[in-house]
Amino acid sequence: MQDKPKSIFASIDWFTIIVYVLLLAMGWMSICGACYEYGQPRDLLSLASFDTRTGMQLVWIGSSVVLGAIILLLDDRIFDTFAYLIYGGLLLLLFVTPFLAHDIKGSLSWIKIGPFSFQSAEFAKFATALALAKFMSSYGFRLQGSWKNLAICVALMMLPMVLIVLQKETGSALVYFSLFLMLYREGMPGSILFTGIAAVAYVVVGLRFADERVLGGATSLGAIAVMLMIVVFVIGMIIVYCRPAALLGETAAESRAARMVYRRSLLETIFASLGSMLALIGIAYFVFSSEHFSSYVFDITPVLFAVCLMLILRLVWLGFSNHLYRYVYIGLFALGSLATFFSANVLVDHLAPHQQKRIQVLLGLRDDPNGVGYNVIQAKIAIGSGGLEGKGFLNGTQTKLKYVPEQETDFIFCTVGEEQGFIGSAAVLVLFLLLLWRLIVVAERQPYAFGRVYGYCAFSIFFFHLLINVGMVLGLMPVIGIPLPFFSYGGSSLWGFTLLLFIFLRIDAGRSRFQR
Amino acid sequence: MSDSNLSYRKFVLGFAAFVVVAIYILRLFSLQLLSDDYRARADSNALMRRIQFPARGAITDRKGKLLVYNQPAYDIMVIMQEQVGVDTADLCRSLGITPEWYQRRMTEIKNTKGYSPYTQQVFMNQLSMEEFSSFQEKLFHFRGFYAQKRSIRQYSFPYAAHLLGDVGEVNQADIDADEYYRSGDYIGKQGVERSYERQLRGVKGSEILLRDVHGRIKGRYQDGRYDQKPVPGKNLTLSIDLELQKLGERLMQGKLGSIVAIEPSTGEILCMVSSPTFDPRTMVGRQRGKKHKELSRDPMKPLLNRAIMGTFPPGSTFKTSQALTFLQEGIIQPKTLFPCYRGFHYGRLTVKCHSHGSPLPLVPAIATSCNSYFCWGLYHMLNNRSNYHTTQEAMTTWKNYMVSMGFGYRLGVDLPSEARGMIPNADYYDDHYKKSWNALTVIHISIGQAEVTLTPLQIANLGATIANRGWFITPHVVKEVQDDTIASIYHQKRFTKVSRVHYETVVEGMARAVTSGTCRGAATSQYVVCGKTGTAQNRGFDHSAFMGFAPRDNPKIAIAVYVENGGYGAHFGVPIGALMMEQYINGHLSEASQHKAEVFANRRIDYGSYAR
Repeated sequence: MQDKPKSIFASIDWFTIIVYVLLLAMGWMSICGACYEYGQPRDLLSLASFDTRTGMQLVWIGSSVVLGAIILLLDDRIFDTFAYLIYGGLLLLLFVTPFLAHDIKGSLSWIKIGPFSFQSAEFAKFATALALAKFMSSYGFRLQGSWKNLAICVALMMLPMVLIVLQKETGSALVYFSLFLMLYREGMPGSILFTGIAAVAYVVVGLRFADERVLGGATSLGAIAVMLMIVVFVIGMIIVYCRPAALLGETAAESRAARMVYRRSLLETIFASLGSMLALIGIAYFVFSSEHFSSYVFDITPVLFAVCLMLILRLVWLGFSNHLYRYVYIGLFALGSLATFFSANVLVDHLAPHQQKRIQVLLGLRDDPNGVGYNVIQAKIAIGSGGLEGKGFLNGTQTKLKYVPEQETDFIFCTVGEEQGFIGSAAVLVLFLLLLWRLIVVAERQPYAFGRVYGYCAFSIFFFHLLINVGMVLGLMPVIGIPLPFFSYGGSSLWGFTLLLFIFLRIDAGRSRFQR
Repeated sequence: MSDSNLSYRKFVLGFAAFVVVAIYILRLFSLQLLSDDYRARADSNALMRRIQFPARGAITDRKGKLLVYNQPAYDIMVIMQEQVGVDTADLCRSLGITPEWYQRRMTEIKNTKGYSPYTQQVFMNQLSMEEFSSFQEKLFHFRGFYAQKRSIRQYSFPYAAHLLGDVGEVNQADIDADEYYRSGDYIGKQGVERSYERQLRGVKGSEILLRDVHGRIKGRYQDGRYDQKPVPGKNLTLSIDLELQKLGERLMQGKLGSIVAIEPSTGEILCMVSSPTFDPRTMVGRQRGKKHKELSRDPMKPLLNRAIMGTFPPGSTFKTSQALTFLQEGIIQPKTLFPCYRGFHYGRLTVKCHSHGSPLPLVPAIATSCNSYFCWGLYHMLNNRSNYHTTQEAMTTWKNYMVSMGFGYRLGVDLPSEARGMIPNADYYDDHYKKSWNALTVIHISIGQAEVTLTPLQIANLGATIANRGWFITPHVVKEVQDDTIASIYHQKRFTKVSRVHYETVVEGMARAVTSGTCRGAATSQYVVCGKTGTAQNRGFDHSAFMGFAPRDNPKIAIAVYVENGGYGAHFGVPIGALMMEQYINGHLSEASQHKAEVFANRRIDYGSYAR
């Protein structure tokens, strides 16, 4: 290790750098489009002038590049060495932030130093990634089969999350959930990830369609959808976890029993549960829509609920009687699903109407043309008006005339859509996909867990930001205010994402030491 | 790590990222490429089309005197969507309206056809500069209210109201007929304003403005590339002589009737008086509706342009046309004598006449306006079986002569609502008398009575035709259109079926009527006047008519005067016609004539208060 390793320029992943530079360039163009004041001169010089936001963004971009270069020049081992120190320091910073912060629109996340303000939460991401990488690369660390290790990992994620929630930045806090993707890669049971995603799906679908009444107007569409989702998930889980190949029975008899139970349970779930539910819904649809029976219309949710319960009892009994406990777990999953759905409903029902509405609007579940819903409508109009080729650089009317709120921060993708059109915005998405793909490739080539874990942390964080931010702008995701990496205006997030990415590139550049 | 069995998970994660991006690209595809709706909504968000109204063309008389021009006025516009939370009390105060009026107007706007809460609606129109100035200071207070600069018509003189016409807001029929118009636009409603609407109105322009989320105008869309400048309307020069028009209107005060004067060589109408009239200056701005309603209720029908819309029996002025027809058809020679024993007697039928020498030839018959002469003429024409096989055929021939002189159909003056008058034909009588009719049945048409009616314009045109000895140019009131030409029909000579030589005979008769016949009141030493009186019988007191031209050679003016219930033609028709011709030919009235004009201006006819 003492001899000179390959030059940093030779071992660096230039592909990622190129994607990064392209994203920065398109990001700056979008900022120009979003911040351009009507009637302002259009030449490059005035766009770069420091008294405008476009000029300021140029400063942030320039300093980010310098920051990236500095990181590449550092010794890659300091990240491993100082991981906990950096993590601890940032936890402290997060903790004191609410006390030092100025209240900006209810958020206590901005610290002011001289003329600049910065958001400490944006820097906690790479620090958490470092701490997780450090912990998960420690000697003898195993995630599979060790609930304790998993708990510590989750704790490392939750600490900054809680502190950020205290800053009233719920959106930024949610980002840490994305690190479960990394944990999944590192060996966390897929069922946990699946259960989490399923729970989110129940709550969102259930509440979103809670007020849409079908089948004669008595039954909530949300309830039907959730019940069907539960049964379908159960069938999927039986196929994935209980197929005879997955159950390595000790004896031939046990194997035979497992095969028999698998076949029977699958038949029963498909025909008895899913079949009876679909039949019930079908019958109710025809009967309730007939005028003769209009006075007999009732809510079929309890019937569906009963079918679900019977399914659960059957699975649990099957599991216990045959000592195939995976069936019990699947039954418990279904029970938990029902509980999640009903407790979410009960919780929302017991809130005051304005609070209910607030939750639904926050989740993007309800139209609110004057509030959050307005942003989404205007965002769709701006993007939709872009057409194939867009209106051209600085020619967007919707963004220029401020129809889209927060268009230079959370809704920056509108500017891309309006000015660059389908071609430009699809290109940006493809660039992000290339970045994500490259992060996986680079993470997978790491010789040590430290680099791989860190790489997947970076992947998870970029993926989550892309998923939520663009999904929100396109009206597919709840309105959760988090920035689009390299596009949204502001130095903190740009520096934060640059640090996250370039530390990984530096770690990757050092891999050659181990490959001799 | 030993868990190589986990490495498949990189594909799960990579696939998840791929799926998400794919879904988002599909979503972009559907938003941006599958629907134009978003583009339209974006445009309605950001683009505001502001109409720029062109200046309406000005109107001058034949000598260049400005008659009609524009004055700036303001329309108050409102965008319903934006006007929430306006201090209505303050608004009403600044505009000088009551809160009730405000409420009523707002409801009215919402109920208009094609109403949209996102576009500008007319709240109040045609505020004068003074009315507007106090409101303007506060305009920025009233969100959703805008001022639209318009112009209103101003009239320099209180004359020629019927002829000039007026401008009013378009109605639904106008909008349906021409897509140029939008609700709230103005259109010529009467007179020249209506018939020359296309030339006068110009072309509306528009500018496309960018409006930000707060409704503030941020600039022009694409730096005004799609803006269109308004094209101002064309100015009109009328053939009217204002001084003549003014004198005519003065002379007709207190009488019902009409004066039409034509320059025979060009067909240009020199004056067109219809009495009673009104002051066009009262028909502008917001009072127009009220004033219009008031006038339309007047039993004397001041809104009716009698000169072209009124049809009257032409009486003896019509005899000239008869003389021409009979001469051309060879029914009579100038020297043909017909008897008159204080009238035309045939069996039990009598058409009375006044006393004069008998029998008499054509020229004195015209000069003394002998009824009997023309009755005999028609009698011989309709019963002439060597020329015509039947009475019907003779009647049709007669009708064709009348039509060639511009009777029975619209002349085609460049004014709206011209009446055609009435010239009966054979079919008409066949219908009317179940085919049992003869010359005696219809004998009164030869003296301009019975079914025959003409508009004063047609009578004047008869004068112009005689002055030209056999042709006329379709009368018209517009002499020139700025940068444009007037319709070609106003240049073309229309010849009658009668030869020039016969016209000379009639001219002689009309000249004699002035020197020694019924029109002696029109004689002057300065030039030779030709004239023909008319005393048209009707249910009430006779109408007094005069048709003539002067000078006899190279005539400058042909004129028809028609005073309803004025008695003998010589009572009103002749003196008024004489004054008018003097005014036009000399450019002024002599002192004696001024005195005479004063007398006639003050002479009133009592029409009672019955509805006409």
